[in-house]
Amino acid sequence: MNQFKHIPAGETAFLIKFGNEISEEIHQQIIAYLNAIKANKELMKGVTDLVPSYADLLVYYNPLIFSYKEVLIKLKAAEKSMEVQLDDKARLIEIPVCYGGIYGEDLDIVAAHNKLSPGQVVEIHTSSNYLVYMLGFTPGFSYLGGMDKRIATPRKEKPRTIIPTGSVGIAGSQTGIYPIESPGGWQLIGKTPVKLFDPDNTSPVLLRAGDRIRFVSVNENEFKKIQELIDKGTFQIKIS
Amino acid sequence: MGKATIIQAGALTTVQDLGRWGFQHLGMPVAGAMDTHSIKLANWLVNNPTKEACLECTFVGPEIKFEASCDIAVTGAIIPVFINNKPATQNTTLKIEKSDVLSFGQIQQGLRFYIAFSGGIDVPIMMNSKSTYLRGKLGGFKGRKLEADDEINFNNHVKEAGIKKAPEELLPTFSRNLTVRILPGTEVSRFSANGIKTFLTEEYTISPMSDRMGYRLSGKPIEHLNNADIISSGIPPGSIQIPGDGQPIIMMADRQTIGGYTKIANVIQADIPKLAQMKPGDKLRFKEIKLEQAQELYRKEMIRWDIIKNKT
Repeated sequence: MNQFKHIPAGETAFLIKFGNEISEEIHQQIIAYLNAIKANKELMKGVTDLVPSYADLLVYYNPLIFSYKEVLIKLKAAEKSMEVQLDDKARLIEIPVCYGGIYGEDLDIVAAHNKLSPGQVVEIHTSSNYLVYMLGFTPGFSYLGGMDKRIATPRKEKPRTIIPTGSVGIAGSQTGIYPIESPGGWQLIGKTPVKLFDPDNTSPVLLRAGDRIRFVSVNENEFKKIQELIDKGTFQIKIS
Repeated sequence: MGKATIIQAGALTTVQDLGRWGFQHLGMPVAGAMDTHSIKLANWLVNNPTKEACLECTFVGPEIKFEASCDIAVTGAIIPVFINNKPATQNTTLKIEKSDVLSFGQIQQGLRFYIAFSGGIDVPIMMNSKSTYLRGKLGGFKGRKLEADDEINFNNHVKEAGIKKAPEELLPTFSRNLTVRILPGTEVSRFSANGIKTFLTEEYTISPMSDRMGYRLSGKPIEHLNNADIISSGIPPGSIQIPGDGQPIIMMADRQTIGGYTKIANVIQADIPKLAQMKPGDKLRFKEIKLEQAQELYRKEMIRWDIIKNKT
């Protein structure tokens, strides 16, 4: 049935290849495989890290515990127990965003580029569920799929040297959230007070590959209220 | 708790341990010591657990004033060590008294050296590690390299420990002209026969653009079959990416978790510490070995450590 390729990536890892394209179907197989590995306690004794990406899963292991032949046998055994989950089992996480103004200085640029009103951009941006394909680039940065092409906008010609934490932006047909302050060329349309990366938290990164997120528009007052609750540690993010 | 003041910081002095493993799926790079061999040795010399954090110093050493007594050790690159301007020895336990000043001369061989403090450096543990990840401004000492006037704390649990000396067979070897052993990379099939031949026969020079994230090499361009891009995927330590210009980049400790260039090969883990001691201008060649061999070398390397662990 499944024709995954297991390729040694040095003597401490295997790269499992699921295909050569970015698709939700491939993504779901990767997540199912990852969960099957995690559920296999025997195999996990020797696994040191698991890195899902768009079309591959990199499995790091300790060669002192398993030789590559043993890992391969165990991976293939785990593979048999993988269950591709229906999408409605994925977590759906609501991210409150205050759009425009000082929170998203490029909202008007995105609107003008697409011949829409700023309100229409917000409406379109908040009307999809986005799939978290993988995390990378910076800690907690999620590669999201599923943005409506009607609001696609090229990156800025001159990148900003500082993009504040929580900024929500658009680059081409991608959308994303900056989990830490960093330089970048994305068009900024809003900002979320939710912490996507909090190294002091027991689970330092909010999102996981396989999650779905939905942006919810909040006004400045609501933004500030949520910010206060987050500072107090009492904000409950909506996860369904 | 003991304190030490950084009088001069040196070129690039950071807090590192064996790295932040287990969080790459969250986009968190591993970071950690470049020469994992020398940091383990430094910790052993002062009776620290292997995974304790040390200062990783690069090329130009710091000057440090101690406000409390402490056992320390300096391992890695060969560099003259001074305590209160008097010569001291590398690769052995050094007894430091309150008000002592540790300083360094000019590096003689290698690039990176490690200073271990008995009891370890007291910085917050973030995601199971004390390592500094410079690009993310995270971990270690305030997420950055040390600067003059910084004060670092250490947990000086100076037991009445004796002086340890590193066994000869555990001292690093240095080369400015190294043949690095490799395994085929995950995208080796994306290169032409000529490209692979070039890679395995030509000499490459470490470029000045190299850092803790990657070693950029320059030499005869390596030919792809079509192009250099892949759908971004995970990057193991020591993997050798070949971007469109055909010039190799060896991915080191601070590598990002995911990348989009074809990987022709993977440096075996046993050779990464040797590579970490090489400087811009140094020369490399690549030699392919078998996966069985690489895993055997990995085991041998770890067994060497088991031997010294039992030798106190």
